[in-house]
Amino acid sequence: MVYPLVDVFVYSFEEGYNFASQSFFGTGLYNYSYVLHDPYFLQAVKNTFIIVIITVPMSTLIALGISLLLSQITKLRSAFQTIYFLPYVTNTLAVGLVFMILFKKTAYTDGMINLLINAFGGASVDFIDGPYWAKMTVMCIYTVWVVMPFKILILTSALSSVNPDYYSAARVDGTRPWRIFYRITLPMISPMIFYLVITGFIGAFKAYSDEVALFGTDLNAAGMNTIVGYVYDMLYGDSGGYPSFASAAAIILFMIVLTITVINLMISDRE
Amino acid sequence: MDYIRIERNTKIKKGVAGTVRMILLVLWAIIVLFPFYWMILTSLKGYGAYNSEYIPKLYVTSPTFENYRDAFSAVPLGRYFLNTAIFTVITTAVMLVVITLAAFAFARLEFKGRNFVFVIFLSLMMIPTELVVITNFVTITNWNMRNSFQGLILPSITSVFYIYLLKENFEQVPDTLYYAAKVDGTSDFKYLCKVLIPISKPTLVTVTILKVIECWNSYVWPRLITDDQAYFLVSNGIQEIRENGFGRENIPAMMAAVVVISAPLIVIFLIFRKQIMAGVLRGGTKG
Repeated sequence: MVYPLVDVFVYSFEEGYNFASQSFFGTGLYNYSYVLHDPYFLQAVKNTFIIVIITVPMSTLIALGISLLLSQITKLRSAFQTIYFLPYVTNTLAVGLVFMILFKKTAYTDGMINLLINAFGGASVDFIDGPYWAKMTVMCIYTVWVVMPFKILILTSALSSVNPDYYSAARVDGTRPWRIFYRITLPMISPMIFYLVITGFIGAFKAYSDEVALFGTDLNAAGMNTIVGYVYDMLYGDSGGYPSFASAAAIILFMIVLTITVINLMISDRE
Repeated sequence: MDYIRIERNTKIKKGVAGTVRMILLVLWAIIVLFPFYWMILTSLKGYGAYNSEYIPKLYVTSPTFENYRDAFSAVPLGRYFLNTAIFTVITTAVMLVVITLAAFAFARLEFKGRNFVFVIFLSLMMIPTELVVITNFVTITNWNMRNSFQGLILPSITSVFYIYLLKENFEQVPDTLYYAAKVDGTSDFKYLCKVLIPISKPTLVTVTILKVIECWNSYVWPRLITDDQAYFLVSNGIQEIRENGFGRENIPAMMAAVVVISAPLIVIFLIFRKQIMAGVLRGGTKG
């Protein structure tokens, strides 16, 4: 039952594992050292951390803002909720193509977003094949766009489950709105926020298909690979056939996610 | 006098706050909807018309359906579509049977070490998918199931989380009902079909919906396990179209393919809006 875990652990220590003959010629830490010295892996780790650090706080904050606004209106509320939820049911690879076209600069056109930037007096940038930070920007925007529906859904339901008596009592006492938010709303929904932050961290560390959607399957060439992307590339594809390296990288990812989750849980326990 | 002024001020303040609120909400709605609008719009533009617009127009003067024809004839989009439909239906159906039987075993049947097995089962949820995928990949490759529907479907016919969800549901049914059925000589299987399944229908619907969404959008596993186009699902298909698609950068036709791929789930979503959102609230992840 725990077979996959043990199995991958074993693979990660077998040196030079060969698929066809299922043989290997040694055991040791070589796979780990190879992976940790591979520039593609280091790039992937860097990309993943940047995506996590930017998108998790940003998406949680925006989702909180939108949910607060939503909870204050009654008219059109369910229409907005339906619209906001749409990205959840769409194929991320398909919609990623639309984002790519909106941001891409080609010989025919600078692309929609660049024209918008021009309108505000900025210069065009090629977001898809251009400089690293341009690519990272699109990446983060798209990731936020994709994860938003889930967060808005969870937070709106958390907000609507707060007992309205608290708000009435606060209003009778003449409490200022900001104080109501800080003293009543936030403490009441903080378990849900922690839940979203934890799942957000885990999800962002496993980012992969959104990257493929924007930059194509050869993520190493685009310099936009992620840890999970590295694992799968090692497993299969043009650079594939190295399950040992893939396993070592996957174990490293597992360790990172585990550490972050434990830290998160410790913080949320203390609160 | 003063009172009237205060009241008027409050009214203005409220009006301004309401407008700002609406503007922000509409802004986000536009951000969400714009890509959808864009893909439909572009898919209706002719190849020549699209490429001659340096500043893309936000509307289309002479819509054409030629791109949709191209999408189905120039690339095997129909094939991808059919594959995905088969994959989704079979996977969901088989998974429903598997998890119902498993949940029934854990909730109702008495056997030695039941709780122990269930705890081990639950701890499986902690293992990240990436690790499981590596093992599955090696297993399926060794069984020579690459490029086959069995290989695609097999790893996703069970789900610990859904079993857990369903087991909780089954356990809420009072024991007395079970004993009454037993006294009447009802078999376990009949009890499951006639009593438990109808009672747990909402949960089963939730699970079905979540699974269908997951199947339709799955990318990683199909990509690892298929390299023969005859077995591509839509996600891999669209990636293939993007990389070696129509022989030229035919963006309108590409967008037509994107619309075709996205349409089924959006239609299902609009029909089952309430159930889907409630279902995701109960058991969804992603994000």
